[in-house]
Amino acid sequence: MDIKFSAEDVAFRNEVREFFATEYNGDASTRLGANAAADYKSDIVAWQKKLHAKGWIAPGWPKEYGGTDWTSTQKFIYETERGLAGIPDVVPFGLKMVAPVIYTFGTEEQKARFLPRILSSDDWWCQGYSEPGAGSDLAALSTSADYAGDNYIVNGRKIWTTFAQYADWIFCLVRTSKGIRRQEGISFLLIEMNTPGITVKPIVTIDGKHSLNEVLFEDVAVPTENLIGEQDKGWTYAKALLAHERTGMAEVADSKRMLDGLKKRATAEINGGKPMIEDPVFQMRMSDIEMELMALEYTELRVFASMASGGMPGPESSLLKIKGTEISQAIHELQLQLAANYGGALSTDLSSDELGHDFAAEARGKYMYGRAATIYGGSNEVQRNVIAKAVLGL
Amino acid sequence: MNFEFSEEQTMIKDSVSRFVREQYDFDTRRGIIESADGISREFWTMFAELGWLSVPFAEEYGGFGGNVVDIAAVMEEMGKGIVVEPYASTVVVFGGLLSASTNAALKEQVIPSIIEGDCLGSFAYMEPQSRYEMSDVSTTATASGDGYILNGVKTVVANGGTASKFVVSARTSGEQFDHSGVSLFLVDATASGVDVKAYKMMDGQSAATLTLTDVAVDQSQLLNTAGEGMNLIDQVMPQILIGLSAEALGIMATLNTLTVDYSKTRQQFGAPIGSFQVLQHRMVDTFMACEQTKSMLYRGLCESKSVEEGEIDAPALAKTVHALKATVARYGKTIGEEAIQLHGGIGMTDELNIGHYVKRLMMINTTFGDGDFHQKKFNQLSYSI
Repeated sequence: MDIKFSAEDVAFRNEVREFFATEYNGDASTRLGANAAADYKSDIVAWQKKLHAKGWIAPGWPKEYGGTDWTSTQKFIYETERGLAGIPDVVPFGLKMVAPVIYTFGTEEQKARFLPRILSSDDWWCQGYSEPGAGSDLAALSTSADYAGDNYIVNGRKIWTTFAQYADWIFCLVRTSKGIRRQEGISFLLIEMNTPGITVKPIVTIDGKHSLNEVLFEDVAVPTENLIGEQDKGWTYAKALLAHERTGMAEVADSKRMLDGLKKRATAEINGGKPMIEDPVFQMRMSDIEMELMALEYTELRVFASMASGGMPGPESSLLKIKGTEISQAIHELQLQLAANYGGALSTDLSSDELGHDFAAEARGKYMYGRAATIYGGSNEVQRNVIAKAVLGL
Repeated sequence: MNFEFSEEQTMIKDSVSRFVREQYDFDTRRGIIESADGISREFWTMFAELGWLSVPFAEEYGGFGGNVVDIAAVMEEMGKGIVVEPYASTVVVFGGLLSASTNAALKEQVIPSIIEGDCLGSFAYMEPQSRYEMSDVSTTATASGDGYILNGVKTVVANGGTASKFVVSARTSGEQFDHSGVSLFLVDATASGVDVKAYKMMDGQSAATLTLTDVAVDQSQLLNTAGEGMNLIDQVMPQILIGLSAEALGIMATLNTLTVDYSKTRQQFGAPIGSFQVLQHRMVDTFMACEQTKSMLYRGLCESKSVEEGEIDAPALAKTVHALKATVARYGKTIGEEAIQLHGGIGMTDELNIGHYVKRLMMINTTFGDGDFHQKKFNQLSYSI
């Protein structure tokens, strides 16, 4: 029963801290913090290129493809320091989602063609999974890819495609044949976004911003060399990827930083002549969250400890996504509550002095967009189904 | 970094676990509670022989020299069997206070008898007006010759019916709510002027009202310097709360297992009720509640070690321990209520073990402060400007 880091790990933590402190541009931080601002792409790409130059862009990859060869403890430290420093995670679609599929199931040609440009952030990827009729029930997808000699001809619609407006490539699950089970007959296809027949339609979300899209495919010809693995076996590859997506979702360090921010704001906000942080009801609301987060921090440590000792993550890992997203939503909710009447104010040219408040717009945006956290990556209800089956044996 | 128990800790944990599984079934427990004494002296002697009563005590008194992790390991397994023998009261609380005592002669006199199984003890701190505030002490200790005269009433004294010795808090100076001026005395249950009126609690354990009328005590019965009793209590309280929380975790895990198992066999509408999604999600929530409680307990254990090694300060641990006790309260309630609900009618019966696990959880909740009490303390430490 011991959470001490080794001297090497402490030295590593200091190195990471130092790098983040000196290399991360604070202006970009403000802009990146507000989702999908105008300069989002250039800011995040510039930062990712810095990480690439340092050799730290892909801690999760095997060393031979450009990974860092870190121990799982080092990876944990890196993620924690990133969150505490308020630095956004890398855009996951290329680095964390399609790349593992390519280096695990792709051909040597595909690895050589795609992996270096993912590492260097020269290609921007997006994910083509969900469809209007296939959300949590992903296997219901119907976008078709018909084999036609050198090409697949793709027809259908993908939806909720984050940052498709920036993307050079999209990885898609498409139906290549009708199997006995719905999961059979699905293939994993890489499609270049500038291929004729692709249309991207923006979807404005309830925070008033544009990060989501609908992507339409009309007789889109995709070379067969862009198929990953075997035709009709795509579901297997995608499942491996989804498991990967779930493990990184507790975001404890990010929530700790947000909670610190909340306390500062609660100290500054005055109600009836007293700071909100001294309001007994508000204190109870804050500690409800803080105590849950203190526990989740150790749940995450338990998962990492079991992985560090070479084991598989235990049943405790399955709750990281559910609890992590519930906590971040709860913090967003209190931020907005602190903003009081100002919370509804839309972006304006008024200065914060003229408006009378300085974080209301951000709090509202985070709250509204934050609702997505319990929907994406497998909704929290689907996660509960998974735990019921896999952990409780129900 | 690791969250494993050491080989030694695993051995003692396994030994308690085996006892609960093989010798402490529900009917045996019921028989013990219904017996005249309300506890099994035979089992208590066995606990002594197996070394369980020696766990937290220093080797110089014949103890095992264990720490809070060892205590938690034992308590978690005791929880799984809702063992009614007063291990928490005697070893963790009474024994914890004595271990921290600065009175060497007193320790030499009492600790070996705890380890031998000859002394059942209790901490008498609560008063009719005090609720959970330990420094709200109006029992008086008036100096007289070389000692003091105690007068006052202590209520809901845990293990009151069987304890042969009490640590009693009494005021030697200061006002009713003052932190300083509280002194701790070792008092014999048979001492002149001590009246013990015992009764049963809903968890099968005993409690008592302790009336002290002109009880003469000697200076040598003080656990530490007169007037500084609260410091000693504050020092020991984290390990007491961690021990009780470990017991609660054992209960919570057991309730969850029993409930999930039941849902797999109970048939309604032509299917096991565990196949219904609405019930599955509720059982997932109680599973997560238990895992989160375990994480908070482990946090308390790791931070206790960090305090010993001077890496974090006591207030940081205090904050975690308040959070732990509040978490146990909140999730203990959730898990207990869900266990009854998912069992349905049978969950309401005295015959089934479920309600008895729930009642012990409820008692742990109110012992040394309920969830709201500890959350408020947590808030005071966390949200002052």
